[in-house]
Formats: sequence, structure tokens, C-alpha cells
Amino acid sequence: MKVTSTSLFFFLFASFSLHADWLGFRGNMGNGSSPHSTPPKLTQTSKKSWSQDLPGRGLSSPILVDGSVFLTSSSGPMQETLHILSFDSNNGNVNWEKKFKATGRTICHVKTCVAASTLASDGKVILAQFSSNDVFCLDLSGNLIWLRGLTFDHPNAANGLGMSSSPVIAEGVGIIQVENDAYSFTCGLNLQTGTSLWKKNRPRGANWTSPIVVKSKGRELVVLQSKEGVSVIEPRTGENIWSYEKGASTIPSSAWSDLGLILIPSDGMTALKIPGDGDEPERIWSDNKLKPGTGSPAIVGEKVYVVNNANVLTCASLKGGEIHWRLRLKGPFSSSPVATNDHLFVFSESGLGQIVRLGESTGEVIETIDLEDTILSTPALSEDAVFIRSDKKLWKLGR
Amino acid sequence: MANSGIINKERLFMKLLHSYFFVAILFSHSLLSNAYEREVIEAFTKVGAGGVGNESAARIAPSVKKLSLSSILPLLNAMNTANALGDNWIRASLSQILDQTDEVAFPRGAIKDFAMNRKNEGSSRRAAFELLLEHNSEFASSMVPEFLNDPEPSLRREAVARLLKKANSSKNNQQSRSLYEEVLANGTDVSQIKEASSALKGMGQNIDLVALMGFLVDWEIVGPFDNSGRAGFQKSYPPEKKNLESYYHGKNGIVRWTSFSSKDPMGMVDVNQLYGEIKEVLAFAKTNFYSSTSRKVQLRIGSKNAWKIWLNGDLLFARDEYHRGSTRIDQFIVGGELKKGKNEILVKVCQNEQTQSWTKQWEFCLRITDQTGTPIPSIPH
Repeated sequence: MKVTSTSLFFFLFASFSLHADWLGFRGNMGNGSSPHSTPPKLTQTSKKSWSQDLPGRGLSSPILVDGSVFLTSSSGPMQETLHILSFDSNNGNVNWEKKFKATGRTICHVKTCVAASTLASDGKVILAQFSSNDVFCLDLSGNLIWLRGLTFDHPNAANGLGMSSSPVIAEGVGIIQVENDAYSFTCGLNLQTGTSLWKKNRPRGANWTSPIVVKSKGRELVVLQSKEGVSVIEPRTGENIWSYEKGASTIPSSAWSDLGLILIPSDGMTALKIPGDGDEPERIWSDNKLKPGTGSPAIVGEKVYVVNNANVLTCASLKGGEIHWRLRLKGPFSSSPVATNDHLFVFSESGLGQIVRLGESTGEVIETIDLEDTILSTPALSEDAVFIRSDKKLWKLGR
Repeated sequence: MANSGIINKERLFMKLLHSYFFVAILFSHSLLSNAYEREVIEAFTKVGAGGVGNESAARIAPSVKKLSLSSILPLLNAMNTANALGDNWIRASLSQILDQTDEVAFPRGAIKDFAMNRKNEGSSRRAAFELLLEHNSEFASSMVPEFLNDPEPSLRREAVARLLKKANSSKNNQQSRSLYEEVLANGTDVSQIKEASSALKGMGQNIDLVALMGFLVDWEIVGPFDNSGRAGFQKSYPPEKKNLESYYHGKNGIVRWTSFSSKDPMGMVDVNQLYGEIKEVLAFAKTNFYSSTSRKVQLRIGSKNAWKIWLNGDLLFARDEYHRGSTRIDQFIVGGELKKGKNEILVKVCQNEQTQSWTKQWEFCLRITDQTGTPIPSIPH
């Protein structure tokens, strides 16, 4: 009985800890939704706010694990020094910084950089991927568990403009997407040792999207997106479970909902019903008016939120695609929007943070914060703050 | 008195016993530490491509916690034999050792000696310099002027950057000019060379960057051949064979080798100048390079088109990517080995079907350097 109570306590504690975390690009679900009720009144001057200077450059987004903020950056004349950093989320103090040397190509378009991919975590380790296709797995204290150099392994695996896919972790496997014109593949790496469990050739073509993890019938599946569509794979084997082959964007990524739907930036936006075993996916709706710009869609409850290239935020029904309202924001945007049940947070490239109150029939900008710096990353949300980074700084914007 | 003598002997015995145990513990600790160090080094230097050795490295990595500052030099020495992946494993170990140990015993002098010893590999010397930078930036900074002609490009860059800074801030034109000239005499970094030559140009002094940077500008070119659907990249055309002919059947009829000398200030070979801005085509460019000795070199190619490069008939590298960014100097660095005397270099450069204005370029630039990035000129023949 005592053992059971202790186990229950630790289970609840672990659940609570993970619940408070923001474990990857666009959150724990990878769809921009936040489990928190992050306050919409944010400032740089509250007691909970802080900012920290960062080394080099970066447009990867922060993640939050167990009271720490983790982030990557790259520095040096050729951005050859790769940084992985940990900060105390309470005060911004640096917990640790680890530096490595890029083993792959570091040439990028001037707008992006080598630290473009967001870290992924399972709550115990962090997985870092860089545009040089160097991959590092560290524990939360910064100890290196393993590393891989995927361009070292495959010298043609590179994109002249830079790579930006963020890794995901599913069923204990690190999924690393390395998709480009010259040598395109995705692989599953053993999270304990870094050894390759599988490697799949992928459509040749520059691809800046990130995989997402969906839960279907009690198991995790990984959605890989490319110009040809999406492939849904089993993470431990790479086996293809089902595909959608009508093309998809190579910049904004897909999003999914635990209501059993996947939204793919294809034909504007296309909603698919996640099929059962052996079945084909069913297209529910497509709408060209919901075509996203650079940022990926956010899903909260039964609503989808999309920012297009004209800087218009659109709220639509997830199940039917009907548009509820539209709101012009101040852009342009590279950042993806993230949202709680009541508010949406997005940052423009000029550093203007905009908080939108999400109503049934209207949306309204209720708060703006001008950070006066170029921001291309996507915010991370906690219960009491928004975390966002530019090349030069990491901010915690508290209540 | 007799009792006190016995007591003193007992005390002496106990002291000796304690000392013995202390020495024994230190000795065994040192043995253990050395054993861990050997295991760590062996595992990290055996990591290879495709994840080879990664499992062993991951298994042994926790032993780094048992290493001390005395392991820094053995680890730096091990870096000399490690590949780029092992290099990163060792970097992580060095960082961890510094995090977990008292800085009082930091072996600053020995690390400096390692960094200054040019017999060590450039990457490990750079790692040693960075350790010093983190530990005492002022001390590390004092070493920088000695890197001016260093074989490790990243260290040389530090010294050249200092010259550039001094030249840029000098109020004395003659001093600035002389400093910029010193940058050009020692620099191998493209951005630093461009900055100094641009400043000198502003002072009325034109620099021949083609000669300074060693671009190969005199070529024989043949084309166009068909590259419809980008299929020509993989297709083996007759010029790729070892015995070159004087003419071939091209995309639009008979094509012949034509002499072409680039007049571009950065040595760009613009194939459009020969054939016009056409699409879905490819061309071959060949040149001879004469070396005074057989030696390992770097072939530094830049191209926004798909390309292949051969040295003396051996394919060195192939890159099937179009118009992802602009052509950059030293965009790709490919290792090769020159033989003494005449060496044949062949480049295949492909143009695709895209019609946007930013996809019209059909070009490449190439130079040959040593491992430090210093250009190697073709000798007169």
C-alpha cells in the first residue's frame, strides 16, 4: 500500500512537472497549444521578468523543462561554434553552457543561421539539432550522452540556404529530419545511445518543416511532411503507416488535434481524419483561404488559428474549416503563433509581441510589447510567463 | 621514560601506517583515474561515421566525472588523433572536467605550450586556446599576435582581426595602408581579405584579388549539353571520360572546346558569357594545373549550380543542388592530391529549368590552397 502511494505521488509529481513544461517546437503537442492559462498582461519590468544576452546567433525557440529554459545558438565567423544553453527560469541565471564544433556545413541564408532548429525533450534529456546536421543528446545537467554528425556521415546532406527542421521524440526514439535537394533522409536514433534504428530516403527537395508526433489509439506516430505530402510512420521502425500524397508546403508544418484530426498546409489547408489501422486517411475539408505564411497553424480546442503572408490572423473551425473571424496584425511574421484557451501570442519579425483575445466571433489585440529586435522564433508559454528569443537576447516576460 | 619510548614508537608506527594508507589511496586513485582516462580516450577516438563507436562512447561518458585537471593534456593530445566527432566528445569532456574541478590547479602554462606547438593538430590547438580564453581571457589574448602566420586558420584569423581593427581605427593613413597590406600578406579568411582590399581600394590602391587568392581563371569550356529534367547531372557525357575529344555532339549540334578567361575580379567563371542565359543545359570546363611536387591540397569551389569536379580523372565530389543561395567563394572545400607536374582539373556545371530572375546564373569559381587556406599557384611550365 505504501509503495502504491509513493508511486502514485511520483506519478502525479511527474505528470505535474511535464504539464508545466514546454518540451519542443510549438509546445508539448507540437500544435502551438498551451496547457497553461498564461496571463495576457506581460511586461519586461515585473519582478518575474528578466532578459539574458546570448552568444552568437539563433532563431531556435526556447523550451522549458523542470524549471530550466533550454536554448541553442551558434557563433564564430562561420557560425562553426554550436552552443547549448540552460537558464534558471526563475531568474535567468545561466545554469550551464556547452560548446561544440560543427562537423557539417554552416553556410546559411543571411536571414537564418545554424541554430535554427528547436530542442526537443522527453523531460529527462534534451535533443539538439543544428543546420550543420550535428545532433547532441544531453541530460538536464548538461552532460553529453551521445552525439552524431549526420553531414559527417553523409557529406551531401545539406541545404545551401540552411536547414531548420526541429527534432521530435516519440516512443523513446529521436526523429531527425535531414531533407534537402542533394541527399534527403530522415532517421530514428536510439535515445539512449544515438545509434541509428532506421533511416529512410525522403523526397529530394529543400524542406524546412518539422515532424510532429500524433497519438492514435494509444500509440505515438510521427508525421513527416514534404513537398510530396505527408508520411505517417511508426517511430521505432520507420515503417510507413499511411500517406497523404497530394503535396504540402515545405515551410509551415502540420498540426494535429486529439480530436483525431491532422491539419496539413496543403491546398491552402487540408484537414484529414487520422485513420484506424489499415485504413486510409479521410479528407474532411480543404480551404485555400487558410493557407499559412511562414508560421505553422495553432490548434486550441475546436479552433484553428492561422497567420497568412498578408499578416492576417484567421480563426476557423477545426472540424469544418468555417472561418469565424479575421484580424489584421502587424507583421511580417516568421514566428508561429501559440495560444492558450483564451489568448494567442505571436511576435513579428521586428520584435512586436501581440496578444490577441480569442473570442467566438472576433479577435482583439489587447496587449503589445515591442522588444525592438529581430524575432524569428516561436514563443514558449509557462503558467506565469512568455519566453521568447532574438539573436541577441532571451526574454522572460512575466506578469 | 621506557613507556614514553614505546608510546612514541607506536605513534611513529601509526603515522607511518596512516601515511602508507594515504599514499596507497592516492596511488590507487591515480591508477583508477589513469584507467578511466585511457578508457575515455580509447572510446572517444574510435567514434566514426554512421554512429560507429557511439555506443561505447556513450557507455564510457559517465567516467568523465572521475577525471581531474591532470587529464586535460592527455585529452588534448588525444584530440590530435580524433576525427571531428571524437573531437566533440573530447570538447564535452574538457568542459565537464573544468566544471567539476577546482580552478586553482588549472595547468595554464602546459595548455599554452600545447596551443603554441604547431606540431599539434589545428583543431586541438584551437580547443586549447579556447580553454585558456574561458579561464583567463587576458592571458589568452596575449598569445594572439603570435598566431599571425599560424597554420590553423581560426587562430590566424584572430591575429589578422587584430591588425584589421588597428588599421580601421588608425588616424594615420600610411600606418593604415601598411596594416591593410600586412592583412593581405597574412590573411587567409575571405571576409578579412575582402575588407582589407576594399579599404586599400578606397585609398586608391587596387589589389589583384584573382592573383592574391589564387583563382583559376583560364579554362577550356565545352557545351551546352542537355540537362532536361536535371537528368544530365547523373548522365555520363563523353567529356567525363579520361580521353578527351576535340568535339562532341551537344544539345544543339557539334560543340567544341573554347578558350575562356574570366575577367571577373573574384575569378568567377560565367558560362552564360559563352552560351547566353539558356536553361536545362550543362557544360564542362577543364584546365591544367602544374605542381612542383606531389602534395595534398584543398580544391575550393563555389557554385550555386549543380556541379561535379574531377582531378586527374578521379571524381572528387558531386553536388546536385540548384540556386539555394548565391555562389560563394570557398563554398565547398574538397580534399585532393596533386601529382608532380601536370594535373588535369575538370568541372561539370549544370543549369536547371527554373525561370526566376535569381536562377539565371550558370557559374563557378575555383582555387587551390593548402590546408591553411593559403593559395597554391600553378608553376610556370
